[in-house]
Amino acid sequence: MSLLKAEGIYKRYGDEEVLKGVSLDVERGQTKVIIGPSGTGKSTLLRCINQLTAPDQGRVWLDGEELTRPHADINALRAQIGFVFQSFNLFSHLTALQNVRIGPRKVRGVRKDEATKLAMEELDRVGLSEKADAYPAQLSGGQQQRVSIARALAMCPKLILFDEPTSALDPELIGEVLEVMISLAKDGMTMLVVSHEMGFARSVADEIVFMEDGVVVEQGTPEKLFRTPEHPRTGEFLRKITELYGETES
Amino acid sequence: MLDVTPTILRASLVNLELVFALLGVGLVIGTAIAVLQVYGGRVASKIAYVYEWIFRSIPALVLIFLFYFGPSKFGLFINAFQAAVLALGLRSSAYQSQIFRGAIEAIPAGQMQAARSMGMGKVRAVVSVILPQAFRLSIAGWTNEFSSVIKDTTLAYAAGFTEILRTARAIYDTRIYLTMPTLLLVAVVFLVFTYAGNRALGLLERRIAIPGLQMPGTVGRMEQT
Repeated sequence: MSLLKAEGIYKRYGDEEVLKGVSLDVERGQTKVIIGPSGTGKSTLLRCINQLTAPDQGRVWLDGEELTRPHADINALRAQIGFVFQSFNLFSHLTALQNVRIGPRKVRGVRKDEATKLAMEELDRVGLSEKADAYPAQLSGGQQQRVSIARALAMCPKLILFDEPTSALDPELIGEVLEVMISLAKDGMTMLVVSHEMGFARSVADEIVFMEDGVVVEQGTPEKLFRTPEHPRTGEFLRKITELYGETES
Repeated sequence: MLDVTPTILRASLVNLELVFALLGVGLVIGTAIAVLQVYGGRVASKIAYVYEWIFRSIPALVLIFLFYFGPSKFGLFINAFQAAVLALGLRSSAYQSQIFRGAIEAIPAGQMQAARSMGMGKVRAVVSVILPQAFRLSIAGWTNEFSSVIKDTTLAYAAGFTEILRTARAIYDTRIYLTMPTLLLVAVVFLVFTYAGNRALGLLERRIAIPGLQMPGTVGRMEQT
């Protein structure tokens, strides 16, 4: 059974249909990367998965439990899904440590000393234990994103959704975030990542999903998509994006 | 003149007591009204807007009289102090709600999304994430509200409450030559109260400023890194 299963997700904003029946599975321990042109519904899909945005139609299951059923305990289900935002969204009034600790404390009800220990371990995992007392505004973009990954990890999630985690970063800061993500993938964390980082997608993803105009055009292993794409649009997009961004070595 | 000064200063403590009580009422209810206006859904936010409209529209003195004389029609008796706290406190809550609403709306939407995405309920997210930031943004506006309501405490005089202005009146009614000096002393007391209050709130604003962050609408020095 897939850890995450999304089936027939539709979402419309006014006249524009952003998602047109997207279905997607993520297996336990898998890293799946969604690629595609801007405005194609990738971020909306992630938000529909954890119900930050309610889909107009479609169903989502996490580990067999349906998030989209009426009266689902959405808070309890969201607590099992980490979400890393493009713009970090760290709580600006809290230090790095407090940002990582707040989830275990307030959502999972972990005792303060235990939550602090857990938060320090997660900060250490992303290489930022020495910045525990720094506020977000005192950290670089890359450091903020690493803290936000630690914040997601502290909830012991079943999977983490990454919404273009490096898009808001200066080029020299992208590497440190990708390194953390690579080590998470190696540790067996289940990850669904929207990204333009082709180097990361190629070397880390177990599977790549190419989306365009609100539908999944093609999906498969990086090897297959990069070497022998079935759909001409997939090859065209990959060529263009590699020209634009290059292949960040991961 | 010197002999009436202690009497006036003692009476001014009553005004201080009144301002703390009414600001407390205003803070609690004003916060709730602001939260309902922003996050309350259609019905609750409508009710909150009607509340705010009522208490911002009726003159303070009319409210004091309504709260002083009104309850007795229903067999409830409240004293002048309680009437003044309720009337001025509820009125202040309507004004404070607008300060807090503006501050809440200035918090980036991503803060609420991040809180909800980790499994916090709406109330928990508002209490733990939104309000601590919104209160920091509100201090400048709240300082203005303090300066306004500290002076409004003299309106309790009209309901027969013995505060600074009523005490002054009692002095110059019997010694008419003390009218101007006594009123000037009352004016000086309010100058000092307003100055001290603004200064204390300014210090608080700097003390709880988020290091490294210049929040929109805040004033004063921020700690640099």
